Amino acid sequence: MTELIVGPFNRVEGDLEVKLTVADGRVAEARANSPLYRGFEVMMQGKDPRDALTITPRICGICSISQSAAAAFALADAAGATMAPMGAQVAALLHAAENTADHLTHFNMFFMPDFARAVYADRRWHDRVVDRFTAGQGSALRRSMEARAELFHIVGTLAGKWPHTLAIQPGGVTRTPTASERVRMRATLREFRRYLEAEVFGAALEDFVALETVDALMAWETGDAGLFLRIAEDLNLTDLGRGTGRYLSFGAYPTESGPTLARGVYDGGLAEVDTGRIAEDLSHAWMIGDTAHPDVGRTRPDEDMANPGYSWCKAPRYGGKPMETGALARQVVDGHPLARALIGGGVLARVAGRLLEIARLQGMMEHWVDTLDTKARFMDPVTLPREGRGVGLVEAARGALGHWIGIERGVISHYQIIAPTTWNFSPRDEAGIPGPLEAALVGAPVAAGEDTPVSVQHIVRSFDPCMVCTVH
Amino acid sequence: MNLLWLQAAGCGGCTMSLMCAEDPGLFDLLEGAGINLLWHPTLSEATGAAVRRLLEKIEAGDIALDILCIEGAIARGPKGTGRFNMLAGTDRSLLGWVQALAPKAAHVVAVGTCATYGGVTAAGGNPSDAVGVQFDGAEAGAALGASFRDPSGLPVINVSGCPVHPDWVTETLMLLADGTLAPADLDDYARPRFYADHLVHHACPKNEFYEYKASAEKLSDLGCMMENLGCIGTQAVGDCNIRPWNGTGSCTRAGYPCINCTAPEFEDPNHSFTETPKIAGIPVGLPTDMPKAWFMALASLSKAATPKRIGENAVSDRVEVPPTIRKPRR
Repeated sequence: MTELIVGPFNRVEGDLEVKLTVADGRVAEARANSPLYRGFEVMMQGKDPRDALTITPRICGICSISQSAAAAFALADAAGATMAPMGAQVAALLHAAENTADHLTHFNMFFMPDFARAVYADRRWHDRVVDRFTAGQGSALRRSMEARAELFHIVGTLAGKWPHTLAIQPGGVTRTPTASERVRMRATLREFRRYLEAEVFGAALEDFVALETVDALMAWETGDAGLFLRIAEDLNLTDLGRGTGRYLSFGAYPTESGPTLARGVYDGGLAEVDTGRIAEDLSHAWMIGDTAHPDVGRTRPDEDMANPGYSWCKAPRYGGKPMETGALARQVVDGHPLARALIGGGVLARVAGRLLEIARLQGMMEHWVDTLDTKARFMDPVTLPREGRGVGLVEAARGALGHWIGIERGVISHYQIIAPTTWNFSPRDEAGIPGPLEAALVGAPVAAGEDTPVSVQHIVRSFDPCMVCTVH
Repeated sequence: MNLLWLQAAGCGGCTMSLMCAEDPGLFDLLEGAGINLLWHPTLSEATGAAVRRLLEKIEAGDIALDILCIEGAIARGPKGTGRFNMLAGTDRSLLGWVQALAPKAAHVVAVGTCATYGGVTAAGGNPSDAVGVQFDGAEAGAALGASFRDPSGLPVINVSGCPVHPDWVTETLMLLADGTLAPADLDDYARPRFYADHLVHHACPKNEFYEYKASAEKLSDLGCMMENLGCIGTQAVGDCNIRPWNGTGSCTRAGYPCINCTAPEFEDPNHSFTETPKIAGIPVGLPTDMPKAWFMALASLSKAATPKRIGENAVSDRVEVPPTIRKPRR
């Protein structure tokens, strides 16, 4: 048995330390440590509730709109209000643009560059990966950065800037788009589709969305998606880092007609989310307190960082069980046949879930721009209560995000946040049950002499972790 | 030039913004300026042990460090240990790493308002005891002492902003690579003057409303946001409206107030960000360099002179009254 400490862990958002126990060339046990504490929930105490809209997006520079939307929905919930319908549609469009950009960044900048590593020099696909995905240089990376920057023009137009916009409010959005901006955004989206179809998929997006089986997926040959699938076949990424098949999604992009992607829990079958079953266990976190629902939970850091704590991350559980969350979870819960066929899968399933979602998001964004009624109201007045509680549940690129707010005497008395990677990279709970990443790492192969196992990197990055959200 | 980028206690949003650089994109721009990324947490291949070996070599002086960029605040807690923010795999805090590596660097750049002054990481009672690299809020002396200077005589260069505009970072780096950034090119908070000599007010599309103090009453109104909605673009440094964000954007263009995110201590304004504090109904705070008596006199005069078009549009969410068309005289 040997112990390995992997870190600094880059090409994830924020930093991560993974402690591995290795036996017989395989990971026997893994512990994930989120090595940063900032205390956003503590900072919020006593502030004007509206300030959540300015402060919480700054938890995370990559999920900024997700945090913003969660805060806006929590405040709207406390006020018993809803967004003006067209305001909700713009909020959905902004959020979808961020999530699409994040998926693109993940695939091109974070995940694929590992296959350009020298360790794979003897693989037949290696030359092409080196050309396309060498970190900081590859042709796919460069092109994806351009496409991402252009896609974000939509956020510039509607919301001023990315990240850290204040445009999304409980009653809608602060800016009324014009008719000419609508057609301009259409042009931007047409360009983005051209990019996706030429480079990422090498075919019509609708053809990818129409895939229903793993066999059909593995038969996809074109674009960088095809390149990834050849690698996945060769390295058996299907079985690497398998999940437990339990998925959580809070549902995404609510418009007048309800969430565009369904809310639900999948655990052998689909069920409705009962937020009363969510609790955060602190047994292995550097946090003081008992297991609690986020309506009553507190954030009190253990400054002595005492054992058995090993992370600043709390351990959220649903009905006592860890849950995997992210694009795959969203697509499983939404009932997409390909995602359902990938249930319980590992690296391949998570990355394919993200590609599927990129293809689906493009169509959604096009629809929202096409049906944008620039003559409508985009914001309704909302009066926040002096006393009240609210919950905001959204889907960040990397999964389920919730804000729980309490307001007393007109100021914030309570704020708790559970972020996607808090679910995915949670430490052990009181029963010793590891979080989804920790479980997925068990069995990962470690070659002789490897100090930073490449298989561990593939598994970690397949979750697209956001560590700054995790610990907030 | 060799550049090392470390992320400390922040959100990573400044890197995310930097990646929105256009004409040219980030990789082409750095290459063109002769800047070699030794390591960047988002952009580089190396992970884990390879990074630890690289950092050891830099610390030992075996690899030249021309520019050290730090993003995120420096957490000093708990109890002064810095252990609220460890660099994974090294058993050393970011506080320790920054103090060890800054003296090895030809230039040190703090990227974003967390790294420059503490920023949002230091908000709300500052739970992690966070400071900037060389400033603790508006006071010099933080993770590095007030007297710290790089070998060329520059202090830590404070590219503030929450987030930074991508061009503020890339142009600072290109000036350093060009050898043409001097101490006189920085303001009193060590911000590059190429963007800090402007106010967010400059080229704000709401300027005509400002001229007449035709004020928005609520978010989504078109009018000037200074009187009611907390906007301090007339006091905040930044060329945000001269050099737009993500194509054509800016905070005030999108209908929400400038919160002065390039300034020390913007994170705790002692009032809601989106509401202007008032004493006896008079807004607190004056435009930069404006004498109070003149401001009050001009404001009341111009308010009285507000044309109907501007007054009506100010409290509407779209242009209800267009400018009058006048035919040329014949």
